Amino acid sequence: MEYTLYILILPLLSFIVLGLMDTKWKPRVAGTIGTAVLTIVTALSYYTAWEYFSTANLNGTYQKIIAFNTVWVQFNEYLHIDMGILLDPISVMMLVVISTVSLMVHIYSLAYMKGERGFERYYAFLSLFSFAMLGLVVSTNIFQMYIFGEMVGLSSYLLIGFYYTKPEAVAASKKAFIVTRFADLGFLIGILILSYYTKTFDFGILTSCDANVFASFSGVTFMGASALSWAMALIFIGGAGKSAMFPLHIWLPDAMEGPTPVSALIHAATMVVAGVFLVARLFPIYITFTPEVLHGIAYVGAFTSLFAAVIAIVQTDIKRVLAFSTISQIGFMMVALGVSGYGGQAGTGYMASMFHLFTHAMFKALLFLGAGSIIHAVHSNEMTQMGSLKKFLPVTRWTFLIACLAIAGIPPFSGFFSKDEILAATMHFSPGLGVMMTFTAGVTAFYMFRLYYRIFHGKAYQTTNGHTPHESPVAMTLPLVFLAVVTIFAGFIPFGKFVSSDGAFYHIHIDPTIATISVVVALAGIGLATWLYRRENDVPSVVARKFSKIYRAAYHRFYIDELYLFITKKIIFKRISTPVAWFDRHIIDGTMNGLASVTQWTSLKTKGFQSGKVQHYAYVILLGTLIIAAIVIFI
Amino acid sequence: MGAIFDNFGSGVIPLEGYIFISLIMFFTGIYGFLSRKSLLMILISIEMILNSADINFAAFNRYLYPDQMEGFFFALFTIAISACETAVAIAIVINIYRNLNNVEVDSLQELQEPESTETKTEI
Repeated sequence: MEYTLYILILPLLSFIVLGLMDTKWKPRVAGTIGTAVLTIVTALSYYTAWEYFSTANLNGTYQKIIAFNTVWVQFNEYLHIDMGILLDPISVMMLVVISTVSLMVHIYSLAYMKGERGFERYYAFLSLFSFAMLGLVVSTNIFQMYIFGEMVGLSSYLLIGFYYTKPEAVAASKKAFIVTRFADLGFLIGILILSYYTKTFDFGILTSCDANVFASFSGVTFMGASALSWAMALIFIGGAGKSAMFPLHIWLPDAMEGPTPVSALIHAATMVVAGVFLVARLFPIYITFTPEVLHGIAYVGAFTSLFAAVIAIVQTDIKRVLAFSTISQIGFMMVALGVSGYGGQAGTGYMASMFHLFTHAMFKALLFLGAGSIIHAVHSNEMTQMGSLKKFLPVTRWTFLIACLAIAGIPPFSGFFSKDEILAATMHFSPGLGVMMTFTAGVTAFYMFRLYYRIFHGKAYQTTNGHTPHESPVAMTLPLVFLAVVTIFAGFIPFGKFVSSDGAFYHIHIDPTIATISVVVALAGIGLATWLYRRENDVPSVVARKFSKIYRAAYHRFYIDELYLFITKKIIFKRISTPVAWFDRHIIDGTMNGLASVTQWTSLKTKGFQSGKVQHYAYVILLGTLIIAAIVIFI
Repeated sequence: MGAIFDNFGSGVIPLEGYIFISLIMFFTGIYGFLSRKSLLMILISIEMILNSADINFAAFNRYLYPDQMEGFFFALFTIAISACETAVAIAIVINIYRNLNNVEVDSLQELQEPESTETKTEI
């Protein structure tokens, strides 16, 4: 399956060509090229998926296929960095997800970004992102994944800062870059520890969990935990940074400063699930050697999920609500991975996590693109400036409603099936955690319908400056409709047949008790939202006043950003950076400047000797000769 | 210097006589080199200094090693080299004249930093 290489090469070429041509081509040409390339890539991805799932099955288990592999940098016998393409169920599934969402975003952006300055640059960056993300999921080794992960982070930075004339966008892009960079530091250290002991980067060798490979880890401990646990925990930190897990989630809400389609592609569907994908990729190691780290991941995910859901209730910027919802849903995926066992029915969580990743990518991209359509119509992100938009934006409204129902977990929409599996797995692992996640699911339903009602129902829309909102052009509604159709039917995909923890077929059972409970909880959330927000009334503000403390804390995202600012500005900058900067300016630079100024002073004082007059020199020479002669003769 | 006067009128010129002449020529050259402003005069002064050295070579050879010829050869070499040097110097002087329209040594200040720009650069 060598042709899979083109899935990577084409977007890269597209990036290079569009990037080099920049404004030399008309925006329409650049947009067409970018979209056409992505169409080919999508077709190739689908074909790959079809061929893989129909041929790679051996005795009921999917094999890993190395479609392509080459040694990129060879340092010594053990240390070499490879580049290659690894096809296995999750990477093929990710190929489909990424290329689908990316194609939808490409088409959508043709209309959404029309007339923007830097339209060509935007498409070049989209191509770069697609290349990096596709390269990340097909990585054959952990170092390749790291490299592509950095490239994904870079293109995320470039796209968040797309409106580089807006200071908030620049600040947000820097924040995203720096936060994920800190996380990637942990990732790198984890990779180095892991490969130092196992002498390999290769996923195939690592995930085979051969005891010989991990033998050199035995007995190596650091601060009470084994070196392998440290390595795996550090690698998870890398994933947590990309996937916006608490407390590294702070960059994602700010990343909403980027263009909305970018949020749909990068900050909802693909890049932010890279952390989940990473954990899933290394899942055999986690489950075999370091289950305690895996359980830690589950608790981090569960906490993040609830935490973000609570914040999402009170946000008023529609994109921020969606951003916190994304964090919360990724938390669900992490929980599912964390509570999963290996193989057979025990691997429910793993399968559920990947299933939820798939369905979430579709309906969250749909929500973001819908939000983009709303913003396109209203020219504002604030829900206070919206209301009763249903008659203006029928297509957006219905597709948005479908996505809301899916994320709330209402059957038969896709979110129900994946979330139900997650809840079942969690309940099986620990009832307490299961109850917590079920509650979070209810909160999810509540805040999504609060969002829905406040946009499309409630108070009448106030037309500002005589501008009536209108439905978006076809290039924007088409992706919405497509994703809505996927959202409706994706739940019926027998996902367990394709992806499972050990590659064997997994039959999805829907536990009626858990399903009923989760649907009832979701309906309760929706009902509450309907009561509070369907018609404009005083109840929400009364409730907000009643719990004003917690309301304000949640509105300010529990002051996590302020905490970060306090730590960086007041402690790191003031106590460490400023003295170091002073030392650098005054002591190190001072020494060098002192040497230079002494030299300059000396030369200024002595340059009078260099008069440039020949006879003056001759006098001096003669005088010198006479003095030397006198010394020789008389002394 | 007694030998000069002792042998005065005897037809024999003592070594000191040559050295004395050489000395006078040498310091004449030095004086000319330091005091003259014309490049040509300075060049002539240099020739004078070189010639004083030639006289010394010849005289010392004649008086100290009468049956050997090294000193004379040295004198010849020096003359040849000074001829070359003069040719080069004259070429330079001609070029200076073409550029500056005079051959005054004080006017050769093109490469010098002007006095007024003696400011301290910012560190």
